[in-house]
Amino acid sequence: MNPVNYLYLAALLFTIGATGVLIRRNAIVVFMCVELMLNACNLAFVAFSRMHGNLDGQIIAFFTMVVAAAEVVVGLAIIVSLFRSRHSASVDDASLMKL
Amino acid sequence: MDNLIALLIAAPLLGAAVLLCGGRRLDAVGHWIGTALAAASFVFGVILFADLLGKNAEHRTLTQHLFSWVPVEGFQADVAFRLDQLSMTFVLLITGVGSLIHLYSVGYMEHDERRRRFFGYLNLFLAAMLLLVLADNYLLLYVGWEGVGLASYLLIGFWQHKPSAATAAKKAFLVNRVGDMGLSIAIMLMFTTFGTFAFGPVLGTHEEPGLVGGASGATLTGIALMLLLAACGKSAQVPLQSWLGDAMEGPTPVSALIHAATMVTAGVYLIVRSGALFNAAPDAQLVVTIVGAVTLLFGAIVGCAKDDIKKALAGSTMSQIGYMVLAAGLGPIGYVFAIMHLVTHGFFKAGLFLGAGSVMHGMNDEVDMRKYGGLRKYMPITFITFGLGYLAIIGFPGLSGFFSKDKIIEAAFAKGGTEGWILGGAALLGAAITAYYMTRVMLMTFFGEERWRNQPTRSPEAPSAEPAAEHQGEHAEPHPHESPRSMTVPMIVLAFGSVFAGGFFSIGDRFLHWLEPVTGHAEGNPPVSALTVTLATMAVLVVGVAIAWAQYGRRPVPVVAPRGSLLTRAARRDLLQDDFNHVVLVRGGEHLTRSLVYVDHTLVDGVVNGTAASMGGLSGRMRKLQNGFARSYAVSMFGGAAVLVAATLLMRAV
Amino acid sequence: MSFPLLTATAALPALGAVATAAVPAARRTAAKWLALLVSLATLVLAAIVVVRFDPDGDRYQLTESHAWIKDFGVRYELGVDGIAVALLALTALLIPFIILAGWHDADPLETGNKRWRPTQGFFALILAVEAMVIISFEATDVFVFYIFFEAMLIPMYFLIGGFGDRAHAHGEETASTQRSYAAVKFLLYNLVGGLIMLAAVIGLYVVAGNFSLQEIAEARANGSLDMATNTERWLFLGFFFAFAVKAPLWPLHTWLPNAMQEATAPVAVLITAVVDKVGTFAMLRFCLQLFPEASKWATPVILVLALISIIYGALLAVGQRDIKRLVAYASISHFGFIILGIFAMTSQGQSGATLYMVNHGISTAALMLVAGFLISRRGSRLIADYGGVQKVAPVLAGTFLIGGLATLSLPGLAPFVSEFLVLVGTFARYPLVGIIATFGIVLAALYTLILYQRTMTGPVKPEVSAMPDLRARELVVVAPLIVLLIFLGVYPKPVTDIVNPAVKQTMSDVHKKDPQPEVEAAK
Repeated sequence: MNPVNYLYLAALLFTIGATGVLIRRNAIVVFMCVELMLNACNLAFVAFSRMHGNLDGQIIAFFTMVVAAAEVVVGLAIIVSLFRSRHSASVDDASLMKL
Repeated sequence: MDNLIALLIAAPLLGAAVLLCGGRRLDAVGHWIGTALAAASFVFGVILFADLLGKNAEHRTLTQHLFSWVPVEGFQADVAFRLDQLSMTFVLLITGVGSLIHLYSVGYMEHDERRRRFFGYLNLFLAAMLLLVLADNYLLLYVGWEGVGLASYLLIGFWQHKPSAATAAKKAFLVNRVGDMGLSIAIMLMFTTFGTFAFGPVLGTHEEPGLVGGASGATLTGIALMLLLAACGKSAQVPLQSWLGDAMEGPTPVSALIHAATMVTAGVYLIVRSGALFNAAPDAQLVVTIVGAVTLLFGAIVGCAKDDIKKALAGSTMSQIGYMVLAAGLGPIGYVFAIMHLVTHGFFKAGLFLGAGSVMHGMNDEVDMRKYGGLRKYMPITFITFGLGYLAIIGFPGLSGFFSKDKIIEAAFAKGGTEGWILGGAALLGAAITAYYMTRVMLMTFFGEERWRNQPTRSPEAPSAEPAAEHQGEHAEPHPHESPRSMTVPMIVLAFGSVFAGGFFSIGDRFLHWLEPVTGHAEGNPPVSALTVTLATMAVLVVGVAIAWAQYGRRPVPVVAPRGSLLTRAARRDLLQDDFNHVVLVRGGEHLTRSLVYVDHTLVDGVVNGTAASMGGLSGRMRKLQNGFARSYAVSMFGGAAVLVAATLLMRAV
Repeated sequence: MSFPLLTATAALPALGAVATAAVPAARRTAAKWLALLVSLATLVLAAIVVVRFDPDGDRYQLTESHAWIKDFGVRYELGVDGIAVALLALTALLIPFIILAGWHDADPLETGNKRWRPTQGFFALILAVEAMVIISFEATDVFVFYIFFEAMLIPMYFLIGGFGDRAHAHGEETASTQRSYAAVKFLLYNLVGGLIMLAAVIGLYVVAGNFSLQEIAEARANGSLDMATNTERWLFLGFFFAFAVKAPLWPLHTWLPNAMQEATAPVAVLITAVVDKVGTFAMLRFCLQLFPEASKWATPVILVLALISIIYGALLAVGQRDIKRLVAYASISHFGFIILGIFAMTSQGQSGATLYMVNHGISTAALMLVAGFLISRRGSRLIADYGGVQKVAPVLAGTFLIGGLATLSLPGLAPFVSEFLVLVGTFARYPLVGIIATFGIVLAALYTLILYQRTMTGPVKPEVSAMPDLRARELVVVAPLIVLLIFLGVYPKPVTDIVNPAVKQTMSDVHKKDPQPEVEAAK
């Protein structure tokens, strides 16, 4: 199968993720969309790795996964504590840090 | 003998230093220290004079080089003195009259708690004035020039608690500074033209011509005009004359010494000293004569209208110096007579001022002549000395003023051509007015009714008030009395000078032969004979005295001044010169500085503060972008990323 | 190796600053005495420098040179020429007076809200400024100069912002706001200038390959270092801008009135008499030596700006209501004269300008310190609040008058000599400029006499009727300055002898010859 198709798929997934981040308010959904974008990147990395015949892309993909996992830990913790304090998971409500 | 020259200056300078730094413990003896040092300087002067007389006319120049003052590449100014016949004349006048006035002040300032300081300032003045006439280069002369200005400032404003005195002092200094500007520009021009500004090389001696000959006419005219500006400032000539009337705020001995006999004649000295330069710049000489003629009429007219005895005398001083400047502008025809009139004027005008001071002393410091009258009975010595001074100044035959003024009028006619007629006519007219206003002063003060009787104290708007008057204010009526010996003796001595100096100088042309080696002399070609001029002078004199007699002698003098004609009212206000200055310079200047302060604050500082404020405003607006909505940040991130990608692609495509 | 005398003159006050700061708070007086002694010891060192300096010797003397940052060719190079020696002596001379005059300025406030004031800090900062100014005069390495030129801002900032006048009409709150405004303005102005200069310093390094003033100037002189015309001009402008801010030249002057107004009188003296001199000094040393062609190119514009400074500063001084602001504007006028003298490019002008720097330092110190004593008595800086002081405090008034007369350049006092030299030097090359500048002397008389008349003469105001005359400490401060003013006015030869050879060198750097008189002296 032509590896280019994987790139198209990765672009599609990335776009879906980006759109989700921009238009959804629920922090959980935004969070999942971020994950989707990360995974789209991973897919692209692996596809490129395959296309160019070296392993750099796959190694980066592992890095991304580790980072994503760490992000999930921190991110979910923030969302949970936010929800606890404000009884809402809307990202627009969390705008108290502005000046 | 040369080394004595520095001592001339050092004695009064020492006096000034001791008296001004000495503190209160010198209060008791300070005035005698001051007087003694002034007299010491006079003694040195006499010794030097005797020395000069013992030499040939050609070798009567002593020099003393003290040290190199400002040595800079291409620029040399030395502290060096030059004593020739011209400066010798001045030295004797300054120290002689100066010592007399010191003596007079001992009595006059007796009740002033700051007498010690007064003598300190007087000594400072003497030192500066001697430096002025002894300097052998223009820059050192400049030091003396401003030094006398400083002393004059301090002395006019001696009664500083009176705002009018402080203002008058400031005005005198400022107007003089305008003149000083002329002197400094003249020195700069000399430096760029000749590379030096020492008298010797620039002006030359009679054997060896100076550098003046090599310069272009325009440059010389420029230098001469700038020197004239300086002379106008110091000698109160039109257009810089406005300060002299106000300067009468100072104590009367100051008016006598500085603003009549010595300092105000410095301008004449400057012109005569720079004679070689003026001779080579005939255009400038013409301007000098015009200034002199205008001022002699101006001062005389002002003198006619003043009721304040000192201000009337101040107008007269201005006018008499106008005569000297006129004579100095005539070139070699007039130089000697300018100086001769200067010396005789030094005697009689100082005498007149001291007399006025003596009158004021006896009249509770009243200065308004309308409140005098009939004083001859009460102050005989003052009356006689003042009267002799009066006769001298109007040119009564045989007295000092007759010889010196007559010569100037003759010289003015001798200038020749239309100019000669105009200048001579102006000088004659001036002589008539002089006779008029001096007779007026004389009649109002010493003759007529005793208008001071039944006068309550000075009216509040009466001009100046000398400080002793503060605690005499309650006196209902003045008790005129003769002044103490220390005051009358100087007056008597000066009266002798007023009577005999002119004759002594003129017999056998003594003064002419004495000064000629320095100033040079030429006979003009008078269109009328000397006798005619003398007769004409006598005629106008009689006319002037007669008119004054008709107005002030026959009729009683009103205590309150009548409104008077337009000219009288203008003359009372110094022919509106002050009003002009006030409107144009003072008001204009105030507006200028105020608007500049505004400009500095709003515009210059505004640009800076504006930049700061706009930076602040910009960042304030940028801050708004941080609205706290995570999704809007995300949009900007995506947008930025998209722009970056697009740019990259675009770059690759190109 | 000989004793590093120049380093010592700078290191001594620097160490003194540290030591003074370290004195415990309870022993305030000890800190003051320590600072005074250190400044006096520095004066002794400076005197040794003056004595050991040989006016007819090499251009730079008492040189020291050590490698510092090898990679960038930065060397710790010191050396003094005649101009630097004169200014070094001035600085070392003035600091003891400044310290003595400010003896009580930093004492803890007793009235109102008791605010802690670091007395030791005040004196330590003054010494720190002294150290930096001295080393700026000595540095012959552009980089070393730059560092201390900039570092000076830090202690100055704290001196202006931290120790204001106690005299303020609108209470402590407004006072401290205005003070910090003045301090920040001072800092920002000078920082901007400094940063532009930094760019020029780097540019110079790129072009020349090292920072050594002597090497670069030599290479410029013998032609081995060629700069493109435009490069030279840009570099010149970069340097000149910083110095013009510091000097200050119109229109970059507005920080000075604010700073001088808000600072205590001794600090105001420190600013205008000492720190600002680094600016004019650096124009002579760096601008003219490193960029002679560009200097000549910029001369017309600079002369016009200097002329505006002279007239504009004097006119604004006339219009001021605040004593210290008046002195500040007067100083702006005087700095105009200094810059005029430097860029007139004549021996008389440059000697005059150098002499002017020294004389202006002394005369402003005399006037400003007496003004400070006056202000501390009445607690107001407004001219209108005074009147008739002469009657109550004659010695104070007398010294104030002499300070004022020095400011208006009365002949016989030191500033006259320098002002006249500047005028004559300018006139010789640019007659019109010289004539316009001469108007400055009339205006100087105007603002000085107005100030004196309004404060010292007239009827005694009730508020000043109990004003004490100068105290012993204050007299000790003022009297020597006045003696110096008179001495240097009558006999300026000691200074001109030191300065003349250095000026000659500078003149040859810019390849200029004095205009010759029209008429040759007939020998």
